Amino acid sequence: MGHSERDLNENPVALIDKQTLVKKFLSVLSTESVKYETEDLTPFECDGLSAYPQIPMIVVLPENEDQVCQVMRICHQYKAPIVFRGAGTGLSGGAIPYDQGVLLVLSKLKRITHIDPVGRYAVVQPGVRNAAISEATKIHELYYAPDPSSQIACSIGGNVAENSGGVHCLKYGLTVNNILKVRFVTIEGDIVEIGSEGLDSPGYDLLALVTGSEGLLGVVTEVTVKLLPTPEKAQAIMASFDDVEKAGRAVADIIAAGIIPAGLEMMDKKAINAVEQFIGAGYPMDAAAMLLCESDGSSEEVASEIQKTTEVLNKAGATEITISSDETHRLKLWAGRKSAFPAVGRVLPDYFCMDGTIPRKTLPDVLKRIAAMEDQFQLQCANVFHAGDGNLHPLIMFDANEGDQLHRAELYGAAILELCVEVGGTITGEHGVGIEKINQMCIQFDNQEIQTFLNLKRAFDPDGRLNPGKAIPTLNRCAEFGHMHVHRGEERFPDIPRF
Amino acid sequence: MRTNETVIDRFKSQIIDAKKQSTCVRIRGGGSKDFYGVNLEGEIVDTNEFTGITEYEPTELVLTARSGTPLKEIEQTLNENNQMLPFEPPHMGTKATFGGCIASGFSGPRRASQGAVRDFVLGARILNADAVDLQFGGKVMKNVAGFDVSRLLAGSFGTLGLILESSVKVLPKPEMERTVLFDLDIQSALEKMNTLAGSPIPLSATCFDGNQLAVRLSGSEIGVIAAHKKIGGEVSEGASYWQSIKEQTHPFFGSEGCLYRLSVNPTAPINRYTDALIEWNGSTRWVWNNGTLAEHQDFANEHGGHATVFRGNQLGNPISSISPALQVLQQKIKNSMDPDGIFGKNRLFAEF
Repeated sequence: MGHSERDLNENPVALIDKQTLVKKFLSVLSTESVKYETEDLTPFECDGLSAYPQIPMIVVLPENEDQVCQVMRICHQYKAPIVFRGAGTGLSGGAIPYDQGVLLVLSKLKRITHIDPVGRYAVVQPGVRNAAISEATKIHELYYAPDPSSQIACSIGGNVAENSGGVHCLKYGLTVNNILKVRFVTIEGDIVEIGSEGLDSPGYDLLALVTGSEGLLGVVTEVTVKLLPTPEKAQAIMASFDDVEKAGRAVADIIAAGIIPAGLEMMDKKAINAVEQFIGAGYPMDAAAMLLCESDGSSEEVASEIQKTTEVLNKAGATEITISSDETHRLKLWAGRKSAFPAVGRVLPDYFCMDGTIPRKTLPDVLKRIAAMEDQFQLQCANVFHAGDGNLHPLIMFDANEGDQLHRAELYGAAILELCVEVGGTITGEHGVGIEKINQMCIQFDNQEIQTFLNLKRAFDPDGRLNPGKAIPTLNRCAEFGHMHVHRGEERFPDIPRF
Repeated sequence: MRTNETVIDRFKSQIIDAKKQSTCVRIRGGGSKDFYGVNLEGEIVDTNEFTGITEYEPTELVLTARSGTPLKEIEQTLNENNQMLPFEPPHMGTKATFGGCIASGFSGPRRASQGAVRDFVLGARILNADAVDLQFGGKVMKNVAGFDVSRLLAGSFGTLGLILESSVKVLPKPEMERTVLFDLDIQSALEKMNTLAGSPIPLSATCFDGNQLAVRLSGSEIGVIAAHKKIGGEVSEGASYWQSIKEQTHPFFGSEGCLYRLSVNPTAPINRYTDALIEWNGSTRWVWNNGTLAEHQDFANEHGGHATVFRGNQLGNPISSISPALQVLQQKIKNSMDPDGIFGKNRLFAEF
């Protein structure tokens, strides 16, 4: 074989001690921008995935691009490992610190640098909140389309790192489809402009490679996002079903009718009940599943699409259909969906939010099997689903302080991800691999494919010092995991029927 | 007719031979995009025998096909199901293949509103530089596991690996399309494109061809008619017009010499490019001759973009110019996927 197998070092360490590194940072950053005492570091111990806290060696909060470059150069010179963090809302643990490394936090870079209403783009720093972009461009009747549920808090830099989606991505795409250009700082501290203000750039599509690279290749200090004209009108339909399978079929029927709704969401009974008790969105507590389907466009387009969709839903066996009466009503219907995660978090103190994507047609089967696993792992699971694009969010509820519940929840989550791969899907649709799904990467990809990822990683970061232990597993880890995995499968639940 | 396995075996042995002999290969389908690039080097690996749509279920909005499948066949199959490739790929001849469509990354008139090839690529199966069969991405619509290698392959012109199969997201065809014309000079046409692109209307294409501004609306019948009322313009036969823009058979493309594509900020001034054909809501300007690559690049640079020699390049000359820092990253990508430089030597860059 020509490519020699080369693994990454999962545990890199800096060449100099913490005190010296702190001094170096203090020579380029203000005192408040360098944190190194335990009590100042603790707030950064985890991101949206709280189960695996880790205290970083040092936290730095640069205030501008130049300081980011200087931090990168210092780390490069002394081979210090770096983890990047935006708003810290990620659900896969991509920003969980590395105990022997520096946590580079981009939250102080939060300026919207430029809005071009005629050219329809905005230039923003990475710490700008997702929702703040659309708020700032509203007066031009333009908006930024990707809208992850955490959009009031999550930042655009994190969105780029994770290639975040949202409830409207069936029609409007993910982050990768909605950005034009980034300013990217390499591990050496050099700035490279990737992409352009036009639509296509020569050579390899580095923008596609950098988007969703989970802080493994470098860091972004500026993002040029596309702005779209705000649709004249949006209207939502809520449809109840007495059977999950019927709801799943209704989704396929909508697509088959040639309709691409702006949003097409599904929730199962457990999720509906949790949300309804949490915020009272007016959801049908007695339904087995509900769909939330949105149309946007001109008033004429919306009226015609709503009518067509309603017909399809009726034919598909919806037991009740509610059409939003005005903007307040529409937002209330969405508020329920957007608060599904915290709502579930109120049922039990902890939850894992899984993020597999599956071919839509396998949904009934997958939901049945996920439900069957509730008995197997003795835990409850609610399901919310970006039904239009097949992205499933099972929410496994547990109490980390109760016995081995955390452990069972991890096994449950792993089993769901493996199920997604088995039916032809993927372990993550929009939340990223982070540390949460790193073992399941070994199931989705074989060693040669992982080696391709490692080679790309090494092209940017030869020693594996950017976000070590995340997103792309080492070959060693996969070897160990493969071994353990079979072993565990045989031993733990030998007499549980599988279907 | 050889089986698909024997065709793959032939691909593999060609790659392995090239590696052993330190030569290179050129992956080629119908050869319809041979006009593009710095150079055409290496023994041809012909993908024409590797055909077939392997998976297509209209309600999943995903199609998977082998690289040698004629693009015509794919479009026909989609059409029968009232669906389409949203990026409206140019064929540039009669023999275009699906693999070539992905590898070239060329997109048609719908690009500005719907996206490019890379926006719809979901997954790929490739042979790498060791002739190993690998899968990236998938057949589902959202997938962020691992680096996005399948999007990276879109537009790579066969220089990173041999694409065996690709999966793409497809969309329903619009219920109605209407093209309307406006008699405007180039400056007013550019302004109008930008205004329309910033308005909430079902815009699907714009083109100023030196004579008129053509605007295409696509969507539900009621939506298209309402938008037409709003923007005005004289209704015109659209299908053959957009075909001629997409396939570059429009008289504008009949000149000789060097055809440059300036991909710039959509509001970039007309400047000296008064003879340009403008597409994609102002962000793409096609120009004939009228200067050197370096001169065009200066203009493009100033306006946030790039100039590329699209046709008529003299073999061996660069077709684009990018910053040294970016060039370094491009070369690193190439080295990581194809360290011995087996695939498509000097197709995209004069240096590798």
